[in-house]
Amino acid sequence: MTQSVVVQVGQCGNQIGCCFWDLALREHAAVNQKGIYDEAISSFFRNVDTRVIGDGGSISKGKICSLKARVRYISLDSYITLIFDCNRKESLNVMEGIEMLRIRPGIRTNKKMQGILKILVLIFRAVGHRVFGSLYQDQILEKLRKSAEHCDSLQCFFIIHSMGGGTGSGLGTFLLKMLEDEFPEVCRFVTSIYPSGEDDVITSPYNSILAMKELNEHADCVLPIDNQSLFDIISKIDLMVNSGKLGTTVKPKSLVTSSSGALKTRHKKPFDAMNNIVANLLLNLTSSARFEGSLNMDLNEISMNLVPFPQLHYLVSSLTPLYTLTDVNIPPRRLDQMFSDAFSKDHQLLRADPKHSLYLACALMVRGNVQISDVRRNIERLKPSLQFVSWNQEGWKTSLCSIPPVGHSHSLLALANNTCVKPTFMELKERFMRLYKKKAHLHHYLQVEGMEESCFTEAVSSLSALIQEYNQLDATKNMPVQDLPRLSIAM
Amino acid sequence: MSIVTVQLGQCGNQIGFEVFDALLSDSHSSQGLCCKRENEAYQASCKERFFSEEENGVPIARAVLVDMEPKVISQTLSKAAQSGRWKYGQHACFCQKQGSGNNWAYGYSVHGPRHEESIMNLIRKEVEKCDSFSGFFIIMSMAGGTGSGIGAFVTQNLQDQYSNSLKMNQIIWPYGTGEVIVQNYNSILTLSHLYRSSDALLVHENDAVHKICAKLMNIKQISFSDINQVLAHQLGSVFQPTYSAESSFHYRRNPLGDLMEHLVPHPEFKMLSIRNVPHMSENSLAYSTFTWAGLLKHLRQMLISNAKMEEGIDWHVRPSLSGPSSLGKMSLNKDLHFNTSIANLVILRGKDVQSADVGKKFRAYIHQYTKFGIEEEDFLDSFTSLEQVVASYCNL
Repeated sequence: MTQSVVVQVGQCGNQIGCCFWDLALREHAAVNQKGIYDEAISSFFRNVDTRVIGDGGSISKGKICSLKARVRYISLDSYITLIFDCNRKESLNVMEGIEMLRIRPGIRTNKKMQGILKILVLIFRAVGHRVFGSLYQDQILEKLRKSAEHCDSLQCFFIIHSMGGGTGSGLGTFLLKMLEDEFPEVCRFVTSIYPSGEDDVITSPYNSILAMKELNEHADCVLPIDNQSLFDIISKIDLMVNSGKLGTTVKPKSLVTSSSGALKTRHKKPFDAMNNIVANLLLNLTSSARFEGSLNMDLNEISMNLVPFPQLHYLVSSLTPLYTLTDVNIPPRRLDQMFSDAFSKDHQLLRADPKHSLYLACALMVRGNVQISDVRRNIERLKPSLQFVSWNQEGWKTSLCSIPPVGHSHSLLALANNTCVKPTFMELKERFMRLYKKKAHLHHYLQVEGMEESCFTEAVSSLSALIQEYNQLDATKNMPVQDLPRLSIAM
Repeated sequence: MSIVTVQLGQCGNQIGFEVFDALLSDSHSSQGLCCKRENEAYQASCKERFFSEEENGVPIARAVLVDMEPKVISQTLSKAAQSGRWKYGQHACFCQKQGSGNNWAYGYSVHGPRHEESIMNLIRKEVEKCDSFSGFFIIMSMAGGTGSGIGAFVTQNLQDQYSNSLKMNQIIWPYGTGEVIVQNYNSILTLSHLYRSSDALLVHENDAVHKICAKLMNIKQISFSDINQVLAHQLGSVFQPTYSAESSFHYRRNPLGDLMEHLVPHPEFKMLSIRNVPHMSENSLAYSTFTWAGLLKHLRQMLISNAKMEEGIDWHVRPSLSGPSSLGKMSLNKDLHFNTSIANLVILRGKDVQSADVGKKFRAYIHQYTKFGIEEEDFLDSFTSLEQVVASYCNL
């Protein structure tokens, strides 16, 4: 079973992570009726009981222990959350907000599952990368190694962070390099929240560009997401649901954005709905690796198929359907609608329009009672309206997982390697240059030892190179497919 | 004489299950037209070929299941056990945890050598269980990582270790519009390697089988299990015991050998395909009647026009070779397979080579393969060998 370790960095990363664990538990509880620890759960959870509290660099372990499981299974695999958080207030080593989620047996779903998530928070200050990276390097490394040792076969690290803040972007990207050195064979999937237009962090362009450089070099695969699109999606859902246009076919609360049915109700925080979308993205991404299906797709297949050149590893994602339908028997029209929606720009989790840009590769991960003929039919239908790069005209990867997400009868996650990420990067660069030209706020960064202006210029040039590559691909957009001469051999 | 089946990857395992199921249910079906003694002889022959006996009478399939991740194998094993009529040997499977990531290089250069010993051990155990061993039947797909990469590696090893037995590889040609993005690369590499080490390549295309399901069997929502059942049906009709041409009292003792003898006259021409009539859903069976002559006529038409099914035949006639055919009795389905200048297949292969060529020109995805030791020269080698095959077929 493929096991993954999730690393949540920064406030943003942590909040998304919390939602992720809630939803993951909810999903496994729904699928795994007997509450027995099985292979599917083993991808993210470890079947152990003890908790370790350290000081300084603290870790938390997510565990599911169930009474039956202990008798029948030997402890198998593991998952660990490392959480570092930054609080703008002072003092290091203050532990804030120990949140414990304890699920008691016999609670509504009557599962014999008890999960204890302990989240311990370590507090850092702004420039996470240089100072805290090096300061806590050893401790962090130790925790990572420990977590990896618990796994039978560790396949993937999931890193969740934001690009605009300090800890998320700084320490998060420092971790990337460390993971690459320490575990070169394990893929690194990064979910990055890019800063949107109105941002509350003024120096976010600096943070983002510096982080981009690291992402370019050390990440295997990046899923960029931005807050503005998430917000738009939420408002759209609210609008549709509240306007009553869809009548009784749509349930009042979309299960994609709500955590209802989760094993414990937390306070509703303002970013909850948006975080839930990202959490669902991660769940759907790993669904084919965790559950059975007629055409499985593992995590390493994602990077194998969707990353044609090592530099171009930014994947735009979209999730459909967003509403929960009450009617379980979905007519094929709705199914087709789901596929069309996945390619519309309203459903993308990044502000981008993939239909009008060039596709390098596209993956469709379908969950639920959808068969291969439906997928084929929709690919045939949608292909003429999408532009694929000349050397990859049939660049589709499909995967079918038979277990649908909670509350839906089927769902689709589309991952596209598309040149439509280019405008986001260009905008980021522009905002950076505006600040940089005036050297605004620069002294804060230069005060940190090890930072020099050359870091900034390097970062910008690396981003420019990336944009250049996308430009080159775009230039080939409307060229006809070349017919290369075949190898001729002497008979 | 017995055949040992090696099922590789998700595709191989799913199809393998359907094949064994179909073989067993066919041999036990109550619709036979012959007398009881004949039925029993047929059953015994079929059983000996594909299953070995166990104490409590449940036949165990002579198969080795290999996959790099555990989900599919556990599913297959449980489905077989659930059917109650047969099952897989308990230790006949080999699986790892991490999968091959659709990467031929990973399957061939990393997983293959690493697990060579365990896999070959399993195969050896199965072979030793057979009284008289006829050959290997290897089921794999070409688009993925395990089936294609490890399949090529295992076939090569079998060639080295069991050079006297015959190997028939059943390969699945992926959908034209892509199931896996790097399927062209994987297919080219697999084909070129298999051509050197296998004795016969039986090709099935997902596209064609899909069409059969859609048009002839009227299935609305085609799933992979439907496709696999059609495939199993076709394979079953090849492998069920048949009378030999000389005497009509004994079943053919050496199925693989006979097939190869007739169909692979020259080691350069190894690719086979199956045409099978009739295909229809269970519901329509009650409403149709067949005559032997009618079926034969259909088959001949399909062959001349190189069509894969009875309907929608395109009548541009291309000259073709015909070889001797083997007819089977005892089942409602007959089969003929010919080794023709498989123009269709050659064209498909040509297109595949071309699209892989284009991809290679832009060096797309190559870094994923060089990570595991497959260099550009290997690609070049594969291209050249396949071009040769295409050329020799065209020369026919």
